Amino acid sequence: MRAVRPGYRERPSGGVPLFLWFYMRVSAIGMIGLVIGHLYIMHILNSTDTIDFAFVAERFRGPLWRTYDLVILIFALSHGLVGLRGIFDDYIHHRGWRVAAEVAMWVVGVVFLAFGALVLFTFQPPAAGR
Amino acid sequence: MYRGHPGMLAWVLHRITGLAVLLFLFAHIVETSMILVSPEAYNKAIELYRQPWFKPLEFLLVAAVLFHAGNGLMVMIIDFIPTPSRTYRRMFWIGAGVYAVLLVPVAYFMLGGLVGLR
Repeated sequence: MRAVRPGYRERPSGGVPLFLWFYMRVSAIGMIGLVIGHLYIMHILNSTDTIDFAFVAERFRGPLWRTYDLVILIFALSHGLVGLRGIFDDYIHHRGWRVAAEVAMWVVGVVFLAFGALVLFTFQPPAAGR
Repeated sequence: MYRGHPGMLAWVLHRITGLAVLLFLFAHIVETSMILVSPEAYNKAIELYRQPWFKPLEFLLVAAVLFHAGNGLMVMIIDFIPTPSRTYRRMFWIGAGVYAVLLVPVAYFMLGGLVGLR
């Protein structure tokens, strides 16, 4: 019986497309527990009504949550950009524009990744009790 | 009511939720970076999330991530286990059921306060 997967492309046969196909799955598995944990902590156990600077400063006092957030940042942003690349592939038919869009996307992506990482690495929480 | 193959619907929703979450991620990076500026700047930035009208959007964000995760898992299962269309239909509706049931407590915790349930 033929496997029917409407809409989904078949697994690429090799090269960069196969690597990206594989990377989407690796990054998905890598972040799924972390992201669900993040949602649970931020939106169920806490809420946007109680999260404020003091909450974030306390959370970033040690390396644990900074590392946690850095891993999510790297996985989510790269996974999202590879996904966006697939959308460009499907809808931008002119090769020149597609390459331009992809290059612009990676530049913006690297800037945001560097910026997010900078925040996680350099943030100094105010001294406790202030 | 959508009458096509459920796989097409899942595919479209996977795209839309993925794109929406990516757009939020960009905003989330900028908004969190305000902690480097000052406590006041950060608290000002997240004031948006506290508006009552924003709560349904926040719920939709969580719902989008959960759909994307669940459907992504299903895609991976189908990658490794060849699945006939008939079986996929059944998987789709089971997945949709699990998803709907999961959203009930999420909605309770995230939106309950809005309607006086919590």
